[in-house]
Amino acid sequence: MSTLTTNYLAPTGREEAWRFTPLARVGGLLDSAVAVSSVSSIKIVNSENGVKLTVKSVGDQPAISTSDDLATIRAREVVTEVSHIEIAANTQLEQPLLLERTNLTGKPQASRTLITCGANSHGTIILNNSGDAILSDEIEFDLAQGSTLTFVSLQEWSSKAIHLGRQHAVIAKDATFNSIVVTVGGSLVRLLPTVEYSGPGSSADLQGLYFATDGQHLEHRLHVDHNVPNAKSRVNYKGALAGDKAHTVWIGDVYIRSNAEGTDTYELNRNLLLSDGARADSVPNLEIETGEIVGAGHASTTGRFDDEQLFYLSSRGIPAEIARRLVIRGFFAEIVGKIRDEEIENRLMDRIDSELAKVGA
Amino acid sequence: MSTLDIKGLQVSVATEAGFTEILKGVDLTIKSGETHAIMGPNGSGKSTLAYSIAGHPKYTITGGSVTLDGVDVLAMSVDERAKTGLFLAMQYPVEVPGVSVTNFLRTAATAIRGEAPKVRTWVGEVKEAMKSLNMDPNFAERNVNEGFSGGEKKRHEILQLELLKPKFAILDETDSGLDVDALRIVSEGVNRVKGNRDLGIMLITHYTRILRYIKPDFVHVFSGGKIVEAGGPELADKLEEKGYAEYTTA
Ligand SMILES: Nc1ncnc2c1ncn2[C@@H]1O[C@H](COP(=O)(O)OP(=O)(O)OP(=O)(O)O)[C@@H](O)[C@H]1O
Ligand SMILES: [Mg+2]
Repeated sequence: MSTLTTNYLAPTGREEAWRFTPLARVGGLLDSAVAVSSVSSIKIVNSENGVKLTVKSVGDQPAISTSDDLATIRAREVVTEVSHIEIAANTQLEQPLLLERTNLTGKPQASRTLITCGANSHGTIILNNSGDAILSDEIEFDLAQGSTLTFVSLQEWSSKAIHLGRQHAVIAKDATFNSIVVTVGGSLVRLLPTVEYSGPGSSADLQGLYFATDGQHLEHRLHVDHNVPNAKSRVNYKGALAGDKAHTVWIGDVYIRSNAEGTDTYELNRNLLLSDGARADSVPNLEIETGEIVGAGHASTTGRFDDEQLFYLSSRGIPAEIARRLVIRGFFAEIVGKIRDEEIENRLMDRIDSELAKVGA
Repeated sequence: MSTLDIKGLQVSVATEAGFTEILKGVDLTIKSGETHAIMGPNGSGKSTLAYSIAGHPKYTITGGSVTLDGVDVLAMSVDERAKTGLFLAMQYPVEVPGVSVTNFLRTAATAIRGEAPKVRTWVGEVKEAMKSLNMDPNFAERNVNEGFSGGEKKRHEILQLELLKPKFAILDETDSGLDVDALRIVSEGVNRVKGNRDLGIMLITHYTRILRYIKPDFVHVFSGGKIVEAGGPELADKLEEKGYAEYTTA
């Protein structure tokens, strides 16, 4: 427990990083007067060869990156134990490694995890966040040379859950980090999928999907730091909103530093507003300090259902409700398909269908 | 034997300046097995007529009626119109990202037939229809119209015509954008459906070329939002030769 803080100052809401977040709803996670307890919140569901999980004291396992995110700073002050998942060098995971949350009490908690991928290891990790939680969570990824990690983070929280999280990858030479973030549950979710590079030839592919209904606040703040030459990044987030006061925020910050020649980056955010009273904020931001790059671009669109698509489908006898479902599924298909798991795909699509039916969109 | 009856149809679209009337009283009766060619200058309202019958929300009906065997079509939702036996092959078919042709066709057939087609016969049916339209089987896995060439989109429309088996088909410039071979293949497709099903056809076109394959029983000249002359197949040849000058008042 920690109520005495040294360098932590709670956000006021005036900060650029917090101006969209309803601070009254973060469940005390940012309030230095509220006790936040340390939790080792990750467990492995299926054991896989070449993978091990150890819980270490913070002193033995310091953070591998710096962060100016106030939620992360607070979590780092609070947390006493770090869960360390190691994928040994040269391991090829046959099956995705499945992670679940454990020890969550529904009271304010903070958790830290480090996932290290040994040189030339390849694998997929799927983290399923479900149930009740008031959690401030940091997951760091350390990708060694030549490794590939696909990390799927499913936020299927209960409707009360509050989740502030940072998922930060440090990607070494010729390593590839694929992230797929799916946020459909929770009352308030604010996630920071961020990457930096530690060697050239490295690459990050950050995909995401969010679907907000009545009163949900789902915020994703991406940050790609092109701090080495010849690295690549792709960002593609798609969101849909339905119902009163559904609010989503997408921030895409991409920095190309002066030494990052040969950078190749593109980021895209598309939002579909399915009913009145919902609001999608989308702010792409590209800062370029060198002109010697392969390419850099961004795009952001927010729109309603395409009437022409719906008309086309209906004109073939497909009832309006099914036509809308097809269009939504189609909209998300490109992201969901990347998970390559039919069961998860069906579960997510069914959830989206039933949420849609609930709001009558 | 069915009858599609269009009487005094008046249609407007909303513009910034208010409503603009585009169809100014269209009268046309099509019976099963008949082919009616509609020819007329650009902007005369042919697509508006087609979309209005299909129920596109952009168009407001301000007068007249459309009935199929006496039943009011204009009171139906778009999907009900399709279920009742109307099909519109669009001039500009719409891309639907993320929805595969397979899924789309099956969903449409399920809706129109009122039950899901039997998997085994259905797959064969689709394959056969694609083959006869010279469509590569891999189109089935692609997203609806996404990245299709102009001609491929038109074939895909006729594929749907074959599978959905309507009573009446409105073909809006299905011939535009087709190469010589594709025109023949697509026309054969239409004729196949017509022969099998006693299909009634409204064929909107700018060219007599397609009329050599799909023989019209009647040709109508469309100008200024209505039909201004009707005749037999010979009228098409006259139009090709002389143009629309005598029908446009401007
Ligand atoms: N939203 C709109 N606002 C203003 N005018 C419109 C709108 N939609 C259609 N129109 C006008 O209605 C008229 C009829 O258009 P329509 O597409 O029906 O013509 P068409 O006969 O099919 O022409 P084409 O041979 O070029 O396909 C045109 O002048 C068109 O500009
Ligand atoms: Mg037209």
